[in-house]
Amino acid sequence: MQLIKSIVRPDKVDAVKDALAQVGVSGLTVIEVRGHGQQKGHTAVYRGREYEVTLLPKILVECVVQDHLVQPAVKAVIEAARTGQIGDGRVYVTPVAESYKIRTGERE
Amino acid sequence: MNQADTAWMLISTALVLLMTPALAFFYGGLVRSKNALNTMMMSFISLGFVGILWAVAGYSLAFGSGNAAVGDFSHVFLKGVGLEAQGTIPHLLYMCYQATFAIITAALISGAIVERMRFSAYVLFISAWTLVVYSPIAHWVWGGGWLAKMGALDFAGGTVVHVNAGIAALVAARLVGQRRDYASASLVPHNVPFTLLGAGVLWFGWFGFNAGSANAANALAGLAFTTTLLAPAATLVVWTLLDAVRSKKPTAVGCATAIVVGLVAITPAAGFVGPMSAIALGGLAAFPSYFALIWRARTSLDDSLDVVAAHGLGGTVGALLTGVFAQKALNTVSDGLLFGNPRQLLVQAVAVGAALAYSGVMTFVLLKLVSAVVPLRADEADESVGMDLTQHGEEAYVHGADLASSRAVEPAGAHAAFAELTRALDTQ
Repeated sequence: MQLIKSIVRPDKVDAVKDALAQVGVSGLTVIEVRGHGQQKGHTAVYRGREYEVTLLPKILVECVVQDHLVQPAVKAVIEAARTGQIGDGRVYVTPVAESYKIRTGERE
Repeated sequence: MNQADTAWMLISTALVLLMTPALAFFYGGLVRSKNALNTMMMSFISLGFVGILWAVAGYSLAFGSGNAAVGDFSHVFLKGVGLEAQGTIPHLLYMCYQATFAIITAALISGAIVERMRFSAYVLFISAWTLVVYSPIAHWVWGGGWLAKMGALDFAGGTVVHVNAGIAALVAARLVGQRRDYASASLVPHNVPFTLLGAGVLWFGWFGFNAGSANAANALAGLAFTTTLLAPAATLVVWTLLDAVRSKKPTAVGCATAIVVGLVAITPAAGFVGPMSAIALGGLAAFPSYFALIWRARTSLDDSLDVVAAHGLGGTVGALLTGVFAQKALNTVSDGLLFGNPRQLLVQAVAVGAALAYSGVMTFVLLKLVSAVVPLRADEADESVGMDLTQHGEEAYVHGADLASSRAVEPAGAHAAFAELTRALDTQ
């Protein structure tokens, strides 16, 4: 079992969610985050004073999948979230030791 | 007594009172979220303290006959202010109308010292300031004082309200000092829609401020209403064009600021100038304030919400241009420079200079006196945590309440007393 963490553009969340559903990923969790990679941020101006906003808003999508679903899921995220511009985000995959369903207590 | 006049002044008084909550929204949107309530409270608290002080002594010091410099104590606790006519409206109503001016003038100053001034020191300061600074200057212009006798034109309070509050703000910003993170932090408005809401409601209320200053439901009120519509519109157009040229984007904060600058500038002129003059006056007033704002942000002067640029400078420009555009044909009082009376401009300059000097010096003295009683600044740690939590024990926005793990705390004393009472009732 693997945890897939995808940091994507906020406006790509719906596309990523749909793409993951297509390949059979049934559940996910999203978290609002800020960060930066190669992107330089943007400039805001209030009453003549300029501010550099250097940590940009992104969405972290987390889903736990069976090993055989990892490659299709990662491919789905990359295809759905890509614009080709800097700031498209990252995908990390990391092993999960154990996973339990709270309602039933069963080990998945 | 005239019933139409009374009806209009009842409405105008309520309109001007609404401007202080509107100012709270205008200012509240411009600060960081951790200081939103504190900033808004600085306006709201004026409704209480200044409102009461006005009835106790402020009105008497401003509108008691007194001498050329100040009123007297003939109307303290509203002695002799009753149902009789003052002009064509009830004297009590006239007092209430003037109270709403005193309330907002004090609140205006807060924009210079938000996010760091100790709340108790602020309340003490605006209370004293209303009696010592506002009342005498109101007397000079409207209470039959020396500026009135000299012929200074100030229809609705450009000098009394805006120049006065503007210079007080400058002195207060210097004496209270910069926010500790002024140079380093990103001091970004937390809610620009609040600021737009505030600007809109301020404009609405300003019709009572300016057209109400005719003190009657007459043609002059209609003129003041017209200029109050047109001048800020012109400021807004010029400001937006300046924004578009300078930063390529017309900003919402700029739009809200422009409306206030235009309203401030037309205030002294409202019932003295024609509609085309109002447009010229509003458009011209955009320039000094626009560039003063940009310049100020690069200086060490932390006039946080630009009270000096918007009210001090806008009020000064408006007062001087009143001396340029005034027309006897509209209001029998006086002509301005453009209509053959250059002396009026000089009189206007003297009035502004007098308000700047008196208010500047007395604000300095009062703040020094207040600081002898209670420190002007909040503690350093309190300022960095945020003024809402440390001054008021509240937060403007509780995000993720489920994550905060907060629980209601039983007041121990009250709980025990209640339990005892229930027991006593049970045994009966």
